Amino acid sequence: MNNPQLNKNGELQHLLSTEGLPARILRDILDTAAGFVNIVEGSEIKKVPLLHGKSVFNIFFENSTRTRTTFEIAAKKLSADVVNLNIGSSSTSKGETLLDTVDNLCAMHADMFVVRHSSSGAAHLIAQHVAPDIHVINAGDGRHAHPTQALLDMFTIRHYKKEFHNLKVAIVGDVLHSRVARSQIHALTTLGVPEVRVVAPKTLLPTHVEKLGVQVYHDMEQGLKDVDVVMMLRLQNERMQGALLPSAQEYFKYYGLTQERLAVAKSDAIVMHPGPMNRGVEIDSSVADGAQSVILPQVTFGIAVRMAVMSTLAGAKS
Amino acid sequence: MNILIKNGRVIDPKNKLDAQQDVFISARRIAAIGKAPEGFVADQVIDASGLIVMPGLTDVAARLREPGYEYRATLESEMTAAVAGGVTSLSCPPDTDPPLDEPGLVEMLKHRARNLNQCRVFPQGALTYGLKGAELTEMIELTEAGCKAFSQADVPLTDTRVLMRAMQYAATFGYRVWLRPQDSFLAKNGVAHDGEVATRLGLPPIPVVAETVALSTALQLARETGVTLHICRVSSGAGVEMIRAAKREGLKVTCDVSMNHVHLTEMDIGYFDSNCHLVPPLRSLRDRDALRAGLRDGTIDAICSNHSPVDEDAKQMPFAEAEDGATGLELLLPLVLKWAEQDKIPLLDALARITINPAQLLGVKMGHLSIGAHADLCVFDPKAAWKVEPAALKSQGKNTPFNGYEMQGRVRYTLLDGQLVFQQ
Repeated sequence: MNNPQLNKNGELQHLLSTEGLPARILRDILDTAAGFVNIVEGSEIKKVPLLHGKSVFNIFFENSTRTRTTFEIAAKKLSADVVNLNIGSSSTSKGETLLDTVDNLCAMHADMFVVRHSSSGAAHLIAQHVAPDIHVINAGDGRHAHPTQALLDMFTIRHYKKEFHNLKVAIVGDVLHSRVARSQIHALTTLGVPEVRVVAPKTLLPTHVEKLGVQVYHDMEQGLKDVDVVMMLRLQNERMQGALLPSAQEYFKYYGLTQERLAVAKSDAIVMHPGPMNRGVEIDSSVADGAQSVILPQVTFGIAVRMAVMSTLAGAKS
Repeated sequence: MNILIKNGRVIDPKNKLDAQQDVFISARRIAAIGKAPEGFVADQVIDASGLIVMPGLTDVAARLREPGYEYRATLESEMTAAVAGGVTSLSCPPDTDPPLDEPGLVEMLKHRARNLNQCRVFPQGALTYGLKGAELTEMIELTEAGCKAFSQADVPLTDTRVLMRAMQYAATFGYRVWLRPQDSFLAKNGVAHDGEVATRLGLPPIPVVAETVALSTALQLARETGVTLHICRVSSGAGVEMIRAAKREGLKVTCDVSMNHVHLTEMDIGYFDSNCHLVPPLRSLRDRDALRAGLRDGTIDAICSNHSPVDEDAKQMPFAEAEDGATGLELLLPLVLKWAEQDKIPLLDALARITINPAQLLGVKMGHLSIGAHADLCVFDPKAAWKVEPAALKSQGKNTPFNGYEMQGRVRYTLLDGQLVFQQ
C-alpha cells in the first residue's frame, strides 16, 4: 500500500499523521521551522514570499479558534491568501457531503487545505480525493491524529532538551480520546525517544495502547519519576458523563499535575500542554504558570512549525 | 423440458458424491445422475467438460434492500447478482423499512421474488414488532407467509425478558431464532475491532466482549427455553469457543460466519478503507484463524455472503460515518473456493457450507442433488481466473473490500427449478 502522505519522489505531499513518516522528514520540518522563529517573534522581516499567489483554505468542520488562528497567521506570514470556512455552521448542516464541499472549494482554486473534522480519517479521505497538485494538512481528525500539534511539541522539546535520544517523556491524561497523544507518541518514537510513558486510569487508555510502543502507568508518581518532559492532555468535561470518570475533583486528586507531583520528575523537566487548559482539573495553576512550564512558547513555536509544514508541502513536486 | 448436463464433475455434499457424471433433469427436477432414465431425450444439452456441477448455493444472509431502501438496491438488481453468483436460495434479514414484521409484507416480497423467477427467497421474520425489542410478532402468521426463521438482524434486543419470551414462544412451535450476538452498550458508537488498528487510527472500538457477553446470554436463554438457536456472523475466537462448548453440551445451536471474516482482518482497514466498515467488525488475525478452525471442525456450519449493498455516496465518507456493509453475492463461491484451497479443505466439505448446511439451517429442501429434488444447480469453471472489478458486478452495490482481488472459479450456468436463469 502506498504511503498516502508521500508523492512518488518520496516527498511530503500531505501531512495527515506523524505515523509512517521517516525521521528525516520530521527533522527537516523542525529545521525549517527553526528558520522561521525569528519571523514569528517579530524581527525586521514580517513575511516571506514562499506561498505568494497560493490559496490556503482552512476548513474546520469542528470549532477551533486557536489552531485555526495559528494556521491563518502561518499562511499569511508565507504570503498566502487565506480563506477561513467554518463548515460546522454551513454546508454540511444543509446536507452537503464532505467531498462535495471539497469539490466546490477545489473549483475555487484552492492550493492547500487545512482540515479539521470530528471523524477519524476525514483528512485521509480528502487527500485521496483531491487532484495531485493540491495539498492537505490534517489539523485534527477525530481521535486519530493532530500532526502539527505533535510537531510543534517536538520542536519545543528539541528547543529545551537539544536531543531526543536520551529522554524520558510522560504523556498524562485522556489518551483514549486524544488525537494529540497518538501523534505525539508516533513522533517521539520516530525521533528516537527511548522511553515514552502514558499515565492515566484504565478508562482513559485505548485497550492496546502498549502496541504503540509506550510504557503504561496508572500511578502518577511512578509515571513521572525521573522524566525529562511532562506532556499534559486536556480532559474534556463530557468524560464525566460516559462513566469514564467519577468527577473532575477526583481526577485532579490522582492525576492532576501539582508542584509536589512534578517534584519526582527531573529537576529540569519541562511541562507542556496543547491547550486549552482546564486549570484545577488536569493541571494546577502554579504549575501552568510556573518556571518549568513551556506552554506559551509552544504556541509561538506552533506558528513557525505550521509555516514549515506549509512551505515543505508547497515545495513538493507533484 | 429435459436438460442434460454432461461430462461435468458433480459434487453434491449431501450425498457425498464427487465424480464425473451426467446429470439428467426432467420436469424441473433431478431425474437421474449417471445413467439416463429410460426414454430420456434431452431438449437442451449443457457441456460441462472441465466444469463442476453442484447444487445451487444457499446464502443465509443477503440483503435485498426491499422494501424501503430501493436507492441502495432492488429485488431485480440483487436477484440478477444472486444467479450470477450461482446462488439459487437466499434468506434476507428483516431489517427493511418497514421491517418484515407483517405477513402482508412477507407475502409481497415472496410474490415479487417469485415473479422475477431467478432465485428463491426465504425471508427471516422480525422477532419483535418493528425490531423494537418490545412486543412479539405474529410468528405463526409470519411462518405461514413464508418466514423460515425469526431474527432481530443487527438491531439490538436489550430487554432480556423479551428475548427469553420470544425464545419460549418460538420454541413452542419449533421455530428458529437467529441472533447476531452483540451487547449494544459495549458496542455503542463502535465501528472497528478493539485492537491494534482501532487504537492507532483512533476509531471508536467494539470489543470482543461485546460479542461474548451477548452470546453468553443467548446460550443461557437457549438452554433454559429449549429453542433452536442460530448464531449469525460469529466474529471472534472467543465466540467460536463458546459455540463449540455449547454444541458439545448438546444445545440446539448452530452458527454461520461471513465470507469477509474468513478472509479479512482489522489490518485490511489500512488507511481508513470504508469498504472494510463491516458489521460485525473485522477482527484480529488470531480471531480469523480461530474462525477458520471453527469451520474446519464443524463448529461453524455455514458461510454466508452477508450481502449488504450500499449506495456509493454513503461509502465516500470518513470511516465511522460511512455506512457499513459490502456487496457479496457474486463473490461467495470464489471466496469459499479460495478458503478451501488455502486451508486444504476437500471441495465436498467446503461446498457443504454453502449448500446443504445453510439449507438445513433454514429448514428448506434445497441444497442437494438427490433424485427428485428441485433442479437448482450451479455449474462453474474452477480454473477460470478473474479480477474483482466493482463496475462489472451485477449488484447495485459496488462496494467491496475485495476490489481488485484475483479470484479463481467463475459461474458458467445457473439453473433454477430446471430452467437456465444465468449463463456466461
